[in-house]
Amino acid sequence: MGEALIHNTIWFILLFPLLGVLINGFFGYRLGKRVVGVVGPAAVGLAFLAACGMFIGVVQSHHAVVSTLYSWITVGDFDVSLALRADPLSSLMALVVSGVGFLIHVYSVGYMAEDERFTRFFTQLNLFAFSMLLLVLGNNFLVMFVGWELVGLCSYLLIGFWFERDAPADAGKKAFLVTRIGDFGFALGVMLIFTTFRTLDFEQVFERAPELLPVGSTIATAITLLLFMGAVGKSAQIPLYVWLPDAMEGPTPVSALIHAATMVTAGVYMVARTHVLFELAPLSMSVVAWIGVVTAFFAASMALVQNDLKRILAYSTISQLGYMFVGVGVGAYAAGIFHLTTHAFFKALLFLGAGSVMHALSGELNIQKMGGLKDKIRWTYWTFLVGALALSGFPFFSGFFSKDEILWKAYENAGLWLWLVGIVTAFMTAFYSFRAVFVPFWGQSRLDKKIAHHVHESPQVMIVPLVILAVLAFLGGYMGLPHFLGGSAVEGFLSPVFAAEEGAHVAEAGAHAAGVGLEVTFMGISVVVALAGIGLAYFMYVARPTVPVALAKGLGPLYTLLFNKYYVDELYMAVVVNPLKGLAGWLARVFDARGIDGLVNGIAAFFGWSGQTTRKVQTGSVRSYALSILLGVVVLVGYFVLR
Amino acid sequence: MNISSLNLTAIAPQIIIIITALVVLLAELFTGRKSLLAYLSLLGIIVAAIASWYIWNGTEQRLFAVPMFQTMAVADGYSLFLNLVFLVTAALSVLASINYLVRERINHGEYYALLLLATGGMMLMGSATDLMTVFLALEILSISLYVLAGFNRADLKSGESALKYFLLGAFASGFLLYGIALIYGATGTTNLAAIVDFLKGTGPMRGTYLFIGLGLLLVGFSFKIALVPFHMWTPDVYEGAPTSVTAFMSVGAKAAGFAALGRLLLYAFPTLLGDWVWALAVLSVLTMTLGNLTALAQTNVKRMLAYSSIAHAGYILIGLIAANEAGMAGVLFYLLAYAFMNVGAFAVVIAVGREGEPNLELSDYAGLGSRQPLLAAAMAVFMFSLAGVPPLAGFFGKLYIFSAAVQAGFVALAIIGVLNSVVSAFFYLRVIVYMYMQKPIVEARPVLAPPLALAIALAVLGTIGLGLLPTPFLTLAQQSIAMLFGA
Repeated sequence: MGEALIHNTIWFILLFPLLGVLINGFFGYRLGKRVVGVVGPAAVGLAFLAACGMFIGVVQSHHAVVSTLYSWITVGDFDVSLALRADPLSSLMALVVSGVGFLIHVYSVGYMAEDERFTRFFTQLNLFAFSMLLLVLGNNFLVMFVGWELVGLCSYLLIGFWFERDAPADAGKKAFLVTRIGDFGFALGVMLIFTTFRTLDFEQVFERAPELLPVGSTIATAITLLLFMGAVGKSAQIPLYVWLPDAMEGPTPVSALIHAATMVTAGVYMVARTHVLFELAPLSMSVVAWIGVVTAFFAASMALVQNDLKRILAYSTISQLGYMFVGVGVGAYAAGIFHLTTHAFFKALLFLGAGSVMHALSGELNIQKMGGLKDKIRWTYWTFLVGALALSGFPFFSGFFSKDEILWKAYENAGLWLWLVGIVTAFMTAFYSFRAVFVPFWGQSRLDKKIAHHVHESPQVMIVPLVILAVLAFLGGYMGLPHFLGGSAVEGFLSPVFAAEEGAHVAEAGAHAAGVGLEVTFMGISVVVALAGIGLAYFMYVARPTVPVALAKGLGPLYTLLFNKYYVDELYMAVVVNPLKGLAGWLARVFDARGIDGLVNGIAAFFGWSGQTTRKVQTGSVRSYALSILLGVVVLVGYFVLR
Repeated sequence: MNISSLNLTAIAPQIIIIITALVVLLAELFTGRKSLLAYLSLLGIIVAAIASWYIWNGTEQRLFAVPMFQTMAVADGYSLFLNLVFLVTAALSVLASINYLVRERINHGEYYALLLLATGGMMLMGSATDLMTVFLALEILSISLYVLAGFNRADLKSGESALKYFLLGAFASGFLLYGIALIYGATGTTNLAAIVDFLKGTGPMRGTYLFIGLGLLLVGFSFKIALVPFHMWTPDVYEGAPTSVTAFMSVGAKAAGFAALGRLLLYAFPTLLGDWVWALAVLSVLTMTLGNLTALAQTNVKRMLAYSSIAHAGYILIGLIAANEAGMAGVLFYLLAYAFMNVGAFAVVIAVGREGEPNLELSDYAGLGSRQPLLAAAMAVFMFSLAGVPPLAGFFGKLYIFSAAVQAGFVALAIIGVLNSVVSAFFYLRVIVYMYMQKPIVEARPVLAPPLALAIALAVLGTIGLGLLPTPFLTLAQQSIAMLFGA
């Protein structure tokens, strides 16, 4: 009976947001803001209800169900269907995307109320919800790729939503182009999968993979590294993370939905989804885990000194995504997805909280110009605090359980080093989280007089989503308790997808598995580290506010390096962007615009070719064009003669 | 020889098109309403399409080839699928031309006659099985296009474009003809089937003349399909010619070149595959890369599309290089997809333009999204399809061709192809940026003429339709190439 429920609900998950796009897109301007403000959130809310139905169906049916709309391409042995897949992994992702998406849509009604392109905003936001749901529900690489490209497109459109200013327009372009570099790898990976397996269907690929490819084979490694390249772009990991901080130029609900809770986690989802292939390539697994942990570390270090509230959160997102990759990279897929889920709750909460601060302060984002806000905007402060506690891994909040699960599995499956870098990062995380609490919300007000005058709490429509997310950010962790506290519900739920492979890692890690005693010790270390980070932030920003300034001076070069984000943007500009621009310009001059004349005229004179007969043609270009052809002839015929 | 041995039914589509051209030419004397001539042309195109369909269905098994005029040409799946490409291109171009010609004050009846003659030449190229027929068909096509390129007599640029095209085209035709002569000298025949037999008989020892001939043949075709370094004429001619002509020839002439080249290389010269395939691989890489990189720097939309069409020839060539069934089916599918998306893009350029076309710069597209939402949406579809964004037609064309290359072992070529389409996203996207993310300069809202609107709508339909329902067309493409590999 679960199967029937799935078939009855799964397509509606996509249909409602698509209807939202069509209604708002074609009739939005005539319907007016009130109607659009209902249709937009309702479309995603209904999708969430459908996703709940599908979730129940999955719980009942005990096996993956594929729902096929029609056979998309069937030519010879190439057969791809437009099909959706219902299994624990996809249903959990659909719930997160539509659930968090719905709350953010509701919030946006208040946040974007004054914007003149209100309708356009909701059309694009619904299109994003549709694309993201397509990505997580697709049953083959092609459907996934379509979703993958479409979310990139929506991300680009929404980052550049306020295109009147240069910064958002540039940021949108940067995001699109940088992630396209990753997509290049992803496309090649999909192509390689097709030529290897002659199919793109998840089930068939995963079934044939262990038979066709021995563990550690070159093809398995190549496929997985190419796929991971896509994940690196989409999920903003080193070296392609540079687009995400700039993406904060978009409206804050967009940052919350696309650049924290959902789209950026697509890479993690993809690795988890294709874990059967990654299992065949131990090298790729190590690459995933190490890129993850190094990204987590560096991004956290950059978050330490930023002053823009949204940018702190952006670097934090990059860092947390790094943790998720550590999880899936060491074979703890359920742990990675669990952290993805809790992160969606608390990071969406933090971003929406930052949006509420902006709303209160007429758009101010510099935390150095805030201070003392906690009594003025109480709802925002308390919910933000819950988010920060969850992010910093404070005991019994959601981030504590999910991050700890990853760190423990990293140690158990891969050894001490990965864990060590992870725990140092956790310390920095706790510190920057509470710097983002203490500096804007505590202490003396440093606000502009003009702004301070009308600081106000946000409307209900924005506060209610904050409160719901705060509850989730606190309670979400109890879905994934450690073994000695009763075991993880998330892991149990996802076990049909991951169990076989995860079991293998546990068996392999037998040597490490030191039992409950060590796990509790590690958890204790995590707690100490989190409290130390929070304590240090309290010491520096509340107890002794003069310390940070002195420290910045004392650590001059390091501070400058961090503050300027290791100069990576400048490096890319000098090494990649400018040379490419120069090359295009040079080519245009040489191959276009008749610039070749100089070169060719010289040769033409040499051949005594500038005869009177062709003089009448207005420019010299026909001769130079003909000469270009002639050079081609000489080379081509020469090749055939000398072959 | 009697008339029945000519097998006129097999060549009916071509005959219908040529007769329509002549009728249009005559009818111009008796009517003042030039748009009637356009509709007459459309009628001829539709009848020719129906005739092609009948021939396709008239044979039981797919592996058929109906020879005509002894062995000069053939009606087989390959030629009939290509007829579809040419007729779609011609129909969309005619629809896009009707009001454009009036606006540019070049509304002369012979325009449609020339366009139909060129179409007839293209169709003949797809069915030619003798080097002489190939040459004749190419000249019918080219001479019509020379005139069409210079059709706007009052416009200096148009005249210059025609002259350049003519001079360089004649130059290239010379090489082609010389190549044919050398091949004839080496093999004693110009008939493709006879060449196949000859090459089977010779074994590994082959004369140098044959190879020089093949090289010169490739030069001739490289010019027609604008491969680097034989492409220099393309931007100037595409930019100078009337936009409706550019739309027509950027697709039609290219498809015709690929049609003849495909049959030549894969049917007549597969035994020399090891020799020509590397030459084409180098040409393909050069063409894709230089086409895309140079397009990056363009600010004129028409010229940008010219470089884009150079780059696309490079992608399509990969399918030929793969030299397997998937690759060739991919080429045919790509050509059909390209017909819709590229003619569509030029049709939008026509719709945005004003008399004399002073507004072809990117900045003239600023704010089109709010000025004319539907037109901008159509242009966005074409741009995304050209960039290869799924699930549109252009994406599947690329997917199919690149996969075929990987299958054939040309992994590096596929990688370069995908990398190039990443680069190309930048300049296609720029058009969209201007349309949706810039404030409009002028608020004028020119009314879209119904035929032009129809052309754009059909092109959008084709671009999306081939993406959502590619199966029937890919199946058709795959059945139609059986002849090349089955013989």
